Amino acid sequence: MMLLQAPRFTQQSMLDPAGTKAGSIHDFWHFLIITSTVVTAIVFLTLFVALARRRRTADPEAPGEQRSLTRWVGASVAATLVIIVTFLFLDFRLGRALAIPTQRTPLRVNVIGHQWWWEFQYPDSATPGNWISTANELHIPVGRPVILRMSAQDVIHSFWVPNLAGKKDLIPGHETETWIEADSAGIYRGQCAEFCGLQHAKMAMLVIAEPERQFEQWALAARGQALAPADSVARAGQQVFLTGGCSVCHAIGGTMAGGTVGPNLTHFGSRLTIAAASLPNTRGNLGGWIVDPQRVKPGSYMPPNALEPDQLQALLAYLEGLK
Amino acid sequence: MIRFGKMSSLLVLTALLSIAATGCKREERRFREVPPAADQSTDIVQSDLQPGPSIVATATQHPYDQNAYAISSGKRLYVQMNCAGCHGLAGGGSIGPPLMDDKWIYGSDPSNIFASIVEGRPNGMPAWKGKLSNDQIWQLVAYVRDLSGLHRKDVRNSRGDNMAAVQDEQNRNRQTPRSSFEPPGSVTTP
Repeated sequence: MMLLQAPRFTQQSMLDPAGTKAGSIHDFWHFLIITSTVVTAIVFLTLFVALARRRRTADPEAPGEQRSLTRWVGASVAATLVIIVTFLFLDFRLGRALAIPTQRTPLRVNVIGHQWWWEFQYPDSATPGNWISTANELHIPVGRPVILRMSAQDVIHSFWVPNLAGKKDLIPGHETETWIEADSAGIYRGQCAEFCGLQHAKMAMLVIAEPERQFEQWALAARGQALAPADSVARAGQQVFLTGGCSVCHAIGGTMAGGTVGPNLTHFGSRLTIAAASLPNTRGNLGGWIVDPQRVKPGSYMPPNALEPDQLQALLAYLEGLK
Repeated sequence: MIRFGKMSSLLVLTALLSIAATGCKREERRFREVPPAADQSTDIVQSDLQPGPSIVATATQHPYDQNAYAISSGKRLYVQMNCAGCHGLAGGGSIGPPLMDDKWIYGSDPSNIFASIVEGRPNGMPAWKGKLSNDQIWQLVAYVRDLSGLHRKDVRNSRGDNMAAVQDEQNRNRQTPRSSFEPPGSVTTP
């Protein structure tokens, strides 16, 4: 039922590549699966033929028999060598295709893994101290390599967007690097691929690939401060946010809220999902999540929030308005 | 060789299993303590002085005593909420009083510590009422007591996420609480 309202995104599958890296991996995988299927078929076929054929009263000393055996063994060894060398060649080619591209100017994004959500920072030398910090939604331009600098806050996580690229681990106290590139615009789902605790299964993200122009527009908006509350209800909601427990963990740019424990909520209203892509970002889902997160994600580090109904509604109005 | 009868070996097995089962309690993780709407009922008594006849203060129950998961959750909060900023990463104190020693200005009882966190204390300790949930504060209480070794050894925190220059909590000696109101040197309380 939740999935019915979920934002439309490409089915999460490595068999449906939409990126340069995933394409190369997909080609290699195809070669691998076809070759091994053919080899397995031949081996079993020969085995069954050998089992079914009536046993001849063979004379191993006969010159014709020996020659036939040599031919068979020679052909098998040759075929094996050809396959291995081809694999080796393709493997090297794949390795080169997956290496970080140096010619084109890439976009750089820092990825930080948390239990159980993803933090994305877009460093910008022009405006230091005003980086875009967002959560569980990675916006990237189509057709431009994006270099991801990754680390983890608590335990080992692994970044995996099957439609775009292979996995790469995020390790606490150690930076790793990988890159992705999307060939076509779309929303691609990714998830943590290394068991990282209770809510590992609900640690997903969306990669939103847009044409360069749209991406620049998004980045411009995302770099800005949060929108001021539109009406009195939203203003009351802002007060709930700032004076209650929310601001202890969450930050909203342009307000006093500066917590760094949970996701940055500066442009929360524009996000498609909540709770690390577990639920679509609707008013009902958000209300349920704020009041009792442990029901959606037991063990999550967000505590339950006992809010009066009018406080909750005001808070929801405020958060929805943070476009 | 001693031969056990079927019955007695079954008994031994049951006894061993029940001993093992008690070990499971150590790591019990409770995520939904109370229905959220019923939370926030903290009646903290600051002092015995009050108008009218004396009321017997209901002792605030500590739900996480000797719970390893709560203690380590408390440790996470201790860093995240920047308790470490004043009380030191290992509880050694700096701007705030140390928490790893045997001195307790406002009492070492779990309910005393709970009150100190909820209501704040003079000279810098902020009040966390409404900022953290009761469960989180109880987790902090569990960890604060862990800093001076007041828990059973097997539930104490044995490994931190950061490199630390001091011994982990599990290997610290138990600091039997004493009140700091006594002049230094006087040995009265056990």
